[in-house]
Amino acid sequence: MLSILGLTRRFGARAILHDLALDLGAGEYVAVVGESGAGKSTLLNLIAGLDVPDGGQIRIDGTDIAALDEDARTRLRRTRVGFVFQAFHILPHLNLAQNVELPLVLLGTPPSERTVRVRELLTAVGLGDREASLPRELSGGELQRVAVARALVHRPALVLADEPTGNLDPDTADRVLALLARAIKARGAAGVLVTHSEHAAATADRVLRLDHGRLVPA
Amino acid sequence: MRWLLAHLIGGYSRQHPLRALVAVVAIAIGVALGYAVHLINTSALAEFASAVRSVTGQADASVVGPREGFGEGVLAVVGRDPAVELASPVLEVEAALVEPERLRGRTLPVQGIDLFRAARLTPSLIGEPLVEDGEDGRFALLDDGLYLAPAVLAELGLAVGDTIGVQVGAQVERLRIAGSLPGASAGDHLASMDIGFAQWRFDRLGQLSRIDLQLTPGADPRRIAAAWPLPAGVALQTAGEASTRVSNLSRAYRVNLNVLALVALFTGAFLVYSLQSQAVAARRTQLAFLRVIGTTRGEVERLLVIEAAAFGLAGALLGILAGLGVAAAALRLLGGDLGSGFFTGVQPALVFQLGPALGFFALGVAAATVGGWMPARDAARSLPALALKAGSGLDHDASRSPAWPGLALLAAAGALLLLPPIREIPLGAYLAIALLLVAAVLLKPRVAPWLFVPLRRWLAARTLPARAAPWWLATTRLAATPRFAAIGAAGIVASFALMVAMATMVASFRASVDQWLEQVLPAQVYVRANPTTSASGLGGSTAYLTAEDRRVLAAHPQVDRVELTRSLKVSVDPARAAVSLIARPIDRADPAGVLPLTGSALAWQEGQPPPAWVSEAIVELYGASVGDEIALPIAGRAEPFLVAGVWRDYARQFGAIAIDVADYERLSGERTRTEAALWLTPDASAPQVIRELQGQLETRTAELAETGEIRAISLRIFDRSFAVTYVLELAAIVIGLVGIAATFSAQAIVRTRELGMLRHLGVTRGQILGLLAIEGLLVTALAIVIGLVTGLAVAWILIEIVNPQSFHWTMDFRLPVGLVLGLIAALLAAAAATAVVAGRRAVSGEAVLAVREDW
Repeated sequence: MLSILGLTRRFGARAILHDLALDLGAGEYVAVVGESGAGKSTLLNLIAGLDVPDGGQIRIDGTDIAALDEDARTRLRRTRVGFVFQAFHILPHLNLAQNVELPLVLLGTPPSERTVRVRELLTAVGLGDREASLPRELSGGELQRVAVARALVHRPALVLADEPTGNLDPDTADRVLALLARAIKARGAAGVLVTHSEHAAATADRVLRLDHGRLVPA
Repeated sequence: MRWLLAHLIGGYSRQHPLRALVAVVAIAIGVALGYAVHLINTSALAEFASAVRSVTGQADASVVGPREGFGEGVLAVVGRDPAVELASPVLEVEAALVEPERLRGRTLPVQGIDLFRAARLTPSLIGEPLVEDGEDGRFALLDDGLYLAPAVLAELGLAVGDTIGVQVGAQVERLRIAGSLPGASAGDHLASMDIGFAQWRFDRLGQLSRIDLQLTPGADPRRIAAAWPLPAGVALQTAGEASTRVSNLSRAYRVNLNVLALVALFTGAFLVYSLQSQAVAARRTQLAFLRVIGTTRGEVERLLVIEAAAFGLAGALLGILAGLGVAAAALRLLGGDLGSGFFTGVQPALVFQLGPALGFFALGVAAATVGGWMPARDAARSLPALALKAGSGLDHDASRSPAWPGLALLAAAGALLLLPPIREIPLGAYLAIALLLVAAVLLKPRVAPWLFVPLRRWLAARTLPARAAPWWLATTRLAATPRFAAIGAAGIVASFALMVAMATMVASFRASVDQWLEQVLPAQVYVRANPTTSASGLGGSTAYLTAEDRRVLAAHPQVDRVELTRSLKVSVDPARAAVSLIARPIDRADPAGVLPLTGSALAWQEGQPPPAWVSEAIVELYGASVGDEIALPIAGRAEPFLVAGVWRDYARQFGAIAIDVADYERLSGERTRTEAALWLTPDASAPQVIRELQGQLETRTAELAETGEIRAISLRIFDRSFAVTYVLELAAIVIGLVGIAATFSAQAIVRTRELGMLRHLGVTRGQILGLLAIEGLLVTALAIVIGLVTGLAVAWILIEIVNPQSFHWTMDFRLPVGLVLGLIAALLAAAAATAVVAGRRAVSGEAVLAVREDW
């Protein structure tokens, strides 16, 4: 599903990531931990094709994303990747159903199918009865559950989560993390969770530490 | 407060200098245009008034009559009154020049004066003769000769000692330029000569045009004049009234142009509103934080209002300076005439007055302050907790804006339309237009869902290809955020509405003028004895068609029929401009055959006073209506006429009255004619007839023209007179477009996170630009729909209320469909382009940075 080999990324003379490797199969969920500035978010951006490596390969379902131009990387992200952000980034002017529906619209999915899948995902995250609600009517935890639904609605091969519980209280964070892990596995996707919280990382199948530009078991 | 202003508000402007610059420039353009037009008109008017003062000098009052003059017996009547210290008779004529040949067609206003009396009242009219060595110059001033002001000598390319030929009836009178007028000011267009010689040379023996009076101290001119048995059409006019009358001549035009010039400022206010709304939205968390730490609502509101006022101060100052520059350049390049023809030939000096400068400065500051006040009030009212909450967006506090303010303004506008004009200025209509525009902008958020919600539903129900996702995104967003749509193009609503209104008014006017020309010019060739005289000329022309000319015209083998007209100016009310009296053959049973009547005519019956058909201006200005009696001063007597019908006249703003020429001859005993219409035989060639007649007429000043030529010239003059309005409208549109660019630029900044998130989800840069272009298109389309409806309403006000009240004429409504469609297309394209250009910044940055929490 995800294969990274010899990945290097420099900012000036400093190599943030150096000869990094990672293999992730379908249904596998890995957490990456590390100090602030260790390169966790950089790794995530490189995997998503939002940044370009200075060396090495990143393959998603066998496609080397470094060989793609920006539009092709964007299209790959659209079809194969789901995102969960620390700050939720739920569009405030769309209701919950429309927010979750957005990735399907980008894929040209017919309206009837969109409706079914949105309902399924919102029910799965416990917000089945809030389809028409606006984001401002929701709590932080509920917003992040919407973000999880949006990340999975188009059945991506890979889900990337960047500090998804950074803005949540511990109880809510636990519930969201459990939901994320469960949802990723239930849909057979691979998942990468980037966090500086050991507690959050523990919900993943395995935990890796980003240390001097390389991933090592925590 | 000061710290907050310096660091928070000032800091934001330093961070986004372009936004501040756009707001300042928009206000500056508005102030500059308004102030420049005001300066140009004021300077031209001052020059004009100065010319009038040069002519009437130190006189306390003047006895004035029709252009054709009045009997000099009046001088004896006036001079006998002990309250009159000095009475100075004047004969003023518009001398029709024929020699030298290059001056043929020009006129020269000549004042015939009594040297000894004028020396005390109007010294600027006293000439300085050129005396050759050895000549006895003691009595040169009393001799036959013309004295020209230096400006006239320069303009006509003449020198003292030259001789000019003037058409007087059938004769060409040759007058020697005996000297100049050293007392005339730089811009004065004056010529004078001894009154006795003037009466003799211009064939006006026993006639006067004016008597300037110096009264004993404390004498009341009105009371004195009431005792004088003055002939009809002759009245006393005080010095103040003379100046007012000159001002009144062009007041409606000047006010209309000033109002139009202020449109740009009005649009600028909407632009400030758009920009401030965006800036408030962008800083919503900062402002909410201020509230949390103890800044009061009032303080937040004041901070933001002061910010907008600061833009206004800077813009207004720049605008005043730019206005001075534009006016100075325009006066130097174009003279004082902006297309109306009122000030043709005037070369005024710039007149700076502190009062108007401060007034326009205040208007600029007020426009920006009002534009910034509404967003400031909204920001102060919003709940800080909600603004700080995650998941809240730009429209988090956009509770549906109530419809009542907009509807109330509409009702107020309707009520204002019922008001009568104030001093012939349609003040109520102008205020109604302003309220209508504000109402349109206020109601826009209520109207937006009507357009965008059905569109979103329609799109949502369809399977769209992936590339059409921007349409889904754009419509979903706009349907959910009507306020964004409303703010987005507030300036465009105002400027497009006014553009549509002006285009419709001008098209309606032009079509009506064209149709009117067709009606009033039924013959193939027209002959006019007197060349064009200035709109405000005071003297009668010296040229008319002689009996021999009339015989020549009728005898031409290709002329089937000749219709002769006598046109003259008469004064119905001394406080108002003179009215045109047109005596021509009119069939009493069928006046519609020759006059473009606006309604049915009264059937004239034996025993009634002779019929007169009045133009719409006479109805508006003098309250004359069909069936009324009206007294017309003919040959010094007030002759009663029956108003038998009303006709449309676009040529004479101050009114025209048509009577049958037979009635005129019977009442006046005068048989001269000033115009002729020629109907040609079927095989005739109009250009050939004109060529052949041109050399045969005694009246060398006579102009012959084909109907088509007159129509073309008339429409060309029409287009020229509206050219300046197009320039002013274009400025408003440019400000509106700048508003769109600035709004979308601000939006792109505010929405950086949203657009960055979309990039994460797989929306390409191209699609983001597409999304912004579609939003630009849709927001502008909404502005266009609202602007079109508002513009048509404003056009109706301009056509049905402003024009009749200002210029006293009506016209038929006509929408220039092609022009409006072209404007719409140009505006949509420009809006989409500006939205994309503004949005490039949003997609040029790193999507990664855009979604960072600490961004």
